[in-house]
Amino acid sequence: MTDEQTMSFEEAMQKLESIVEKLEKGDVPLEKAIKYYQEGMQLSKLCNDKLIHVQEKMTQIVNEHGELEPFNIQEDE
Amino acid sequence: MHNKYLTVTALTKYIKHKLETDAHLRNVWLKGEISNFKHHSRGHMYLTIKDDQTRIQAVMFASDNRYLKFRPEDGMHVLIKGEVGVFEPYGQYQLYIRHMEPDGIGSLYLAFEQLKEKLQEQGYFDKSHKKELPSFPKHIGVITSPTGAAIRDIITTIKRRYPIVATTVLPVLVQGPNAADSIKRAIEWANQKGDFDLLIVGRGGGSIEELWAFNEEKTAKAIFHSAIPIISAVGHETDVTISDFVADLRAPTPTGAAELAVPSRFELLDKIQTLVRTMSRSLQLIMKNYTDALNRIKQSFAFRYPEQLINQKEQELDRYVERLKQSMSMRMEQKEEALAHLNMRLFSQHPKRQIELVRKELDNFSKQIDAQMQQLIDSKYNQLMANVDKLTLLNPLEVMKRGYAIPYTKDGTIIHSTEQVNQHDVIAINLADGKIDCQVLSVEEENS
Repeated sequence: MTDEQTMSFEEAMQKLESIVEKLEKGDVPLEKAIKYYQEGMQLSKLCNDKLIHVQEKMTQIVNEHGELEPFNIQEDE
Repeated sequence: MHNKYLTVTALTKYIKHKLETDAHLRNVWLKGEISNFKHHSRGHMYLTIKDDQTRIQAVMFASDNRYLKFRPEDGMHVLIKGEVGVFEPYGQYQLYIRHMEPDGIGSLYLAFEQLKEKLQEQGYFDKSHKKELPSFPKHIGVITSPTGAAIRDIITTIKRRYPIVATTVLPVLVQGPNAADSIKRAIEWANQKGDFDLLIVGRGGGSIEELWAFNEEKTAKAIFHSAIPIISAVGHETDVTISDFVADLRAPTPTGAAELAVPSRFELLDKIQTLVRTMSRSLQLIMKNYTDALNRIKQSFAFRYPEQLINQKEQELDRYVERLKQSMSMRMEQKEEALAHLNMRLFSQHPKRQIELVRKELDNFSKQIDAQMQQLIDSKYNQLMANVDKLTLLNPLEVMKRGYAIPYTKDGTIIHSTEQVNQHDVIAINLADGKIDCQVLSVEEENS
């Protein structure tokens, strides 16, 4: 949970799913179950934030020199 | 005068010869529509090729038609390569078809089918080569024309569904002679760059000629050798290209490709919510289970009546001691029984009998020895008695009884010779019943 900020959406999602799976099995010691739950809640918040407060990634295009530059869709067609 | 009339056969042969030696008719390229198509059970195809004015009988032998890439049907427009000949029995000229392909798509169609078959044989379409697509891609490369509907559809769909993914357009030519090379280079560039985890390769709809770059071997091979998974999205739902077969996933349209490439964030939000609900429910269930278990323990008999537990244990202990004893005595009995058995076996091996046997033998030997000893004594005794008798016979006393006497000198020596005595010597004469002392009157020596 320390690298929460740098964790990718995919990692957070996978971790969340695995935690839910562990809890669903039920045979978890209580302290661990609570710890999992807290961790799961943090992960779900992280995933939610990533999806809702989207910092939309810019679309880029490779120019003829093999460099990247911003790309805007031409709406004329 | 009948010589100027030909036979039908001769005429037909002449016509046949004329037709068959005409270079133009040896190599006819014909286009027309199929009618009266019949595929004979022996494999040959019989058909009529017509246009709106006229028709010609045609035949395509099994040896030629087995290479056909399509099934000819009535009404189909075709391009034919063949030669014209005469079927003598009917005096009928007809077209012998060597090659036939559907008109319109023509050679491209053929090329498509041939390349498809070749790549299929080489395993380019095998499921085992299909790479798994990432569930949550981070960086998608879109290889298509930077203008047009396709790129717009792809980018807007991705942005709508999953705006957190990075997208980079790799502009390429999607039609024309350089298109395949351009696509190939873009795929290779993306693989070298290394930070893409998914590629979409495609273009919008068009004629088969316009889509052709996606049917070229170069493109197919570039897609096949890409380490990054590729979704192909060429034209419309109905357009199928070689690229579609080689790609890891085929999308029906560019929009479809974007939908397959990324998850929808709204669906994801729903999913997260579901996960959170499941998690809460699971935790509650776990807590309830623990609470229930705790209550059960608290309510348990042992906790309420601890002395009962001890009593019960006491009882159990007694029972165990009893069982222990029982099993001990049982074991003892078993052992004793075994010991008795062994004793019996040992007793049966006792040496007394053998001793008796040997003793009897010894007695026998003793008796034998005694008997033999007695026998020996008896025989020796008898021998002795015989010798005594003999001795008795030799006893000088006995001889003397018969009148013999023994003379002795006064010192007791037996007189054997006259030389032993002199005149006046006193000698003794022993008789059987006593002795006479005498004096020698004379000694007379006899000459013998």
